[in-house]
Amino acid sequence: MMFVINVAYFIAAVLFIVGLKQMSHPASARRGIVWAGVGMLLATAVTFFHPEIKHNYFWIILAMLVSSVLAWWSGKKVAMTDMPQMIAIYNGMGGGAAAAIAAVVLLQNDVYDPLDKVTQILAVLGALIGAIAFSGSTVAYAKLEGLIKKSFRFNGQQMVNMAVFGVTVLLGLYLALSGTNYGGFALFVFFVLALAFGVMATTPIGGADMPVVISLFNALTGLAVGFEGYVLENPAMMIAGIVVGSAGTLLTQLMAKAMNRSISNVLFSNFGEVSSGEDDEVEGSMKPIEAPDVAAMMAYAEKVIVIPGYGMAVAQAQHKIWELTKLLQEKDVEVKFAIHPVAGRMPGHMNVLLAEAGVPYDIIFDLDEINEEFPTTTVTLVIGANDVVNPVARTNPDSPIYGMPILDADKAENVIVIKRGKGAGFSGIENHLFYQDNTRMLYGDAQQMISAITAAVKTF
Amino acid sequence: MMEGFIALYIFMLAGFTGYEIISKVPVILHTPLMSGSNFVHGIVVVGAMVALGHAEGFLQTLIGFIAVVLAAGNAVGGYVVTERMLEMFKTSNKEKSS
Repeated sequence: MMFVINVAYFIAAVLFIVGLKQMSHPASARRGIVWAGVGMLLATAVTFFHPEIKHNYFWIILAMLVSSVLAWWSGKKVAMTDMPQMIAIYNGMGGGAAAAIAAVVLLQNDVYDPLDKVTQILAVLGALIGAIAFSGSTVAYAKLEGLIKKSFRFNGQQMVNMAVFGVTVLLGLYLALSGTNYGGFALFVFFVLALAFGVMATTPIGGADMPVVISLFNALTGLAVGFEGYVLENPAMMIAGIVVGSAGTLLTQLMAKAMNRSISNVLFSNFGEVSSGEDDEVEGSMKPIEAPDVAAMMAYAEKVIVIPGYGMAVAQAQHKIWELTKLLQEKDVEVKFAIHPVAGRMPGHMNVLLAEAGVPYDIIFDLDEINEEFPTTTVTLVIGANDVVNPVARTNPDSPIYGMPILDADKAENVIVIKRGKGAGFSGIENHLFYQDNTRMLYGDAQQMISAITAAVKTF
Repeated sequence: MMEGFIALYIFMLAGFTGYEIISKVPVILHTPLMSGSNFVHGIVVVGAMVALGHAEGFLQTLIGFIAVVLAAGNAVGGYVVTERMLEMFKTSNKEKSS
């Protein structure tokens, strides 16, 4: 039987790699997830016959059924806009599972027949990483879902975090090297500390940095799964886990690079800390405008660039925007979409939403492709984006977002900002764009405002 | 136990594989790909099954049960959201590739 199981695991590993490869090309992406899904089904099915499974079949099936139904239902029901936090929570669950596996293995470790050192070290390491990914992802989920609104920060926070992390690692080292019979208590303290560290490390990180953090936790979970795969002598877990670990690390780097920051900078910098950027006075004032005036500007414009942000996602305004776009195109207005790499809550988040609405790819552009076009643009329409168009990233070295590449919306002839209220962005930094002479603020829900503009454009 | 160096080779090769397969991914696929790789590490479910399958006593069984619940959620949820996201790319891509 073990032979059949190993063959199935081998095929599953191949399918995962092929699936991921296909997922990285738009044309074959859909096939990719199906192949990976087949691999997963195959691996899961043969595991029921695994010789190491001696009993508890009832509990295994019950756990799988309950969890699958709940996950299926929540995954189907969730709105496209809330995808990032769903990925975060599912990812956290994977990390938690890896940590729980390690806990079972370590609890079973026998005084008289202990596991070898390498296995123990990897089990503990996987437990540490998995537990951190679990609690950290849960915090990320809670933040994006709006359950946690504030970013808790205090002086010397990093020192405290590092101290907790150091103690956790030392305790883990002790667990791994002492080798035998933990009596449970040290193991319990170890898990509590690891979980606490995940929470403490994630809570101070806010807004724009969250995509990087979720991606990082995704990579970490992959590593944890890979390590526990070694412990359980399961090559499918080893391969899939490490492949995800390295792919996730690369993805994290790409995202951090898009924001011109290093990963350590994201994790340990004082982003949005109270002392910096708070006291900078902004000259000028925010000037409101009404929808019909915006419609007039756009209907007679030569070129319009739309910059969508999280506000568009929240208001579900993507369909209305596509409607407006088509209308403007009929009037020979050139319409383009400019997407910042970290607009929304994840890279590609805006692309997914616009794809959902049916906006074709060839009018959607990346930051590098479109930035030089802003000076020749009649109207730039900013929909619920904030930090990614804040010119202080270019001008003010004291600003926490200084150095982050931004869309040069401020260079357009006219800038219209659709925004719900006068508050600052997710990072809490004042946006100087809003105070510019050529900027007008359209206050209200993005979907309603776009509808109002569309209705007015029709009358021209 | 598995031969240590073979495991090391597996880790090394898998690491390079992961790096290679996504090195040229377009930005539009970043979120779906993150979601897809999130699904792939849902393979942890087979480990969770084994862990629960040889768990002894209440505490181990409880932890093993939690492991299977979490892992199955990772796999199923990861699949559903990835599939939903990529579903939307299907039609648009046909238009573009033609």
